[in-house]
Amino acid sequence: MINEKSQKSIRRQKALSERLQKISKSKFYLIQDEVFKYFGLFCTILGIAVLIVFLFNLFVTAGSRIDWGFLTNLPSRRAAKAGIYTAWVGTLWILVLTTIIALPIGIAAGVYLEEYNKKNRFSSLLEVNIANLAGVPSIVYGLLGLELFARFIGTGESLLTGALTLALLILPVIIVSTREALKTVPYTIREASYALGATKWQTIWNQVLPASLSGIFTGMILALSRAVGETAPLIVIGALAFVPFVPTSVFDSFTVLPIQIFNWVSRPQKEFSVNAAAAIIVLLSITFMMNGIAVYLRHRWQKKIKW
Amino acid sequence: MKEKIIEKLLLFCALLTIFTTLGIIAVLLIQSFNFFKEVSFFDFVTDTEWTPLFSNKRYGILPLLSGTLLTTLIAVLVAVPIGLIIAIYLSEYAPKKVRSILKPSLEILAAVPTVVYGYFALVYVTPFLQSIFPSLSGFNSLSPGLMMGIMILPLVSSLSEDALYAVPKFLKEGSFALGATRFQTAWKVMVPAAFSGIAVSVILAISRAIGETMIVAIAAGQQPRLTFNPFVPVETATTYIVQVSSGDVPHDSIEYRTIFAVGMSLFVITLILNNISFWLKRKYQATYS
Amino acid sequence: MKIEAKNVKFFYGQDQVLKDISMSIKKNTVTALIGPSGCGKSTFLRLFNRMNDLIEGARLEGEILIDGVDIYNKNINVNELRKTIGMVFQKPNPFPKTIYENVAYGLKVNGVSDKNIIEESVEQSLKQAALWEEVKDKLKKSAFALSGGQQQRLCIARALAVKPSILLMDEPASALDPISSIKIEELIYQLKSSYTILIVTHNMQQASRTSDKTAFFYMGELVEFDDTRTLFTNPKKERTQNYITGRFG
Repeated sequence: MINEKSQKSIRRQKALSERLQKISKSKFYLIQDEVFKYFGLFCTILGIAVLIVFLFNLFVTAGSRIDWGFLTNLPSRRAAKAGIYTAWVGTLWILVLTTIIALPIGIAAGVYLEEYNKKNRFSSLLEVNIANLAGVPSIVYGLLGLELFARFIGTGESLLTGALTLALLILPVIIVSTREALKTVPYTIREASYALGATKWQTIWNQVLPASLSGIFTGMILALSRAVGETAPLIVIGALAFVPFVPTSVFDSFTVLPIQIFNWVSRPQKEFSVNAAAAIIVLLSITFMMNGIAVYLRHRWQKKIKW
Repeated sequence: MKEKIIEKLLLFCALLTIFTTLGIIAVLLIQSFNFFKEVSFFDFVTDTEWTPLFSNKRYGILPLLSGTLLTTLIAVLVAVPIGLIIAIYLSEYAPKKVRSILKPSLEILAAVPTVVYGYFALVYVTPFLQSIFPSLSGFNSLSPGLMMGIMILPLVSSLSEDALYAVPKFLKEGSFALGATRFQTAWKVMVPAAFSGIAVSVILAISRAIGETMIVAIAAGQQPRLTFNPFVPVETATTYIVQVSSGDVPHDSIEYRTIFAVGMSLFVITLILNNISFWLKRKYQATYS
Repeated sequence: MKIEAKNVKFFYGQDQVLKDISMSIKKNTVTALIGPSGCGKSTFLRLFNRMNDLIEGARLEGEILIDGVDIYNKNINVNELRKTIGMVFQKPNPFPKTIYENVAYGLKVNGVSDKNIIEESVEQSLKQAALWEEVKDKLKKSAFALSGGQQQRLCIARALAVKPSILLMDEPASALDPISSIKIEELIYQLKSSYTILIVTHNMQQASRTSDKTAFFYMGELVEFDDTRTLFTNPKKERTQNYITGRFG
């Protein structure tokens, strides 16, 4: 520790003495500094600029392809007749089901970890495990869903399998954001509640959770917007690209927008590529809208509550 | 009494995360075990051909890993330098107002679904690159690699920014006090001091790129090939899983089990990388606290 | 005796923060606990409603009796105990809810569901805390809309609503401006007739103005405990003398 520190200070001294020797060239350094500022700005904007160019292209290619028929037609082998009705209804189903499964479990787990968990080896095991789960590639969750839900429990290639798989996938995100939101509730609020004779659960339910709700929802929406865009795990559990009917129960097979897009992109005909672009516009509208809501919620929440 | 029941319920929900991990490990282990009953582990890690879907079956994972490695390498070569520059710009140069606009806009890059990036890579980037490199194949690792690099840019830049923030202020002030410019301070003092934190961002970027599926599945092709030529079609480990899953491979066949062996490899590699990053992160946080 | 502490020792892990403290407090009196920061006076105060239970690794030796009952006895329900002992904290900490809900909360968590009773108690408590006139038209407004001094009186009303017999106050005026601070002091004086009050304070004028008895704590020890007037005019111990004359702390 001391050695590290002294090494650092030696390094620092070195860096500084170099500066001193070159002090005569300081004008060059000022220009260098100024140039880097604009280069840094350029790099920051680069990715966003590329995205904007691509989005613009998308609208040029497919803006006119989106009409009522595109949204309400069933899939078809003829590109011009094909629509995304089953796909967006499937996405909606998945969104609702995943929320129903993941939200209560995620909040409950987050509350346990933040409010009940004592600092011991078990709790650090739980925390490391959640951090690890967050880093598992989404396609591996697909393999879990395929074997555990679709085959072992026997829910098949259904909406339920898809929602369960995605719920497990976003659980770590919800748990982490729930904990972050709970952390923002000051201890004094809990203290005041306990002092009035409230039990731990009464305090959490009546004071802590309501006070952190918008934070929790922000995290939840961000997690769901990720789930909406997920493709790989759903392909692995066997969601199909061509579903000629709209699912009516959780045991029906399904497709979602990203899979429909993947399917159209994979076809060589240009007309399907245009369809893909049109479906992408719809999908992006959904994800951007969800992200927008999350940003708005977070903004309002940070503004409203000043402890 | 009621309190105890609630606590147990909450605990159970937290334990579900442990069960998830155990579930993943069990599923991968069981099916991989079945796979390795028929294919020797030695062949799996040394054979240079991957052809489980052909009549002449060979089970060498190296071609898939080289595809994964190649696309990952390209993505990281894009994301790490640019991400670091962004982090330095945002933390040292950008006025507060500019920063408050740029940082959330950067996050949009991470919010775009990967299947969309796949489309961009295939339909926009590849034809554009072909106009520069006519020898570039329609499926290649260069264009999805570049696209992936842009996708993980926010991850690298925000983690690097965290690392730069963790550097004690006195180092920075010491440098400024001697007349160093922001550029000099950033590169000669801040970046070296934040080295392990920046390493964390690099490792997590690698881990993310390895597990990324849709971009490469759409734009890199489905031809397992042991190569480091970014211009030709390759197949990554993740793409292979997608390829088998979207086809009609019968369950309980050896072809079906291959995806679990491949999934196991992905899981182990990302697990190791993630844990190295956790360890490094704890180390650098301890250094300055 | 309303409250009795007998040979109380208190530990945070290995650190002993209270060293063998014994003290008796009469009903309907105000007792001030004074001493420099970190002397253990707040910790001592929090023993009476067992708020220290919430801290991991905390340990108590000795006995604390309220109305002759050992409150650290296994059969004691902590939530019931806290209901009978109100507490007001250093910084006003209203819940992020309406004024009405803030006061009603204690009743609700203790199982009172009759709306009339709740409304009646809310009004009574707010009157007792001398806040009713200022807020009676905006009970449905957020408690955060009140000024700091009003928030603290709201917190007092909230504590009174569950009908405690003891009121613990942990530097209740330290975060307030002088005028709000005086209001709180007047309030304490009025509440004395119905409650036994313990107040931790840094402010020696406040201690001398509000309390009947004063206890001086230093480094986890109870140095001196006497009538307020005696302690401030004629302290027996040199350390007390030094502290109240401002030579340290």
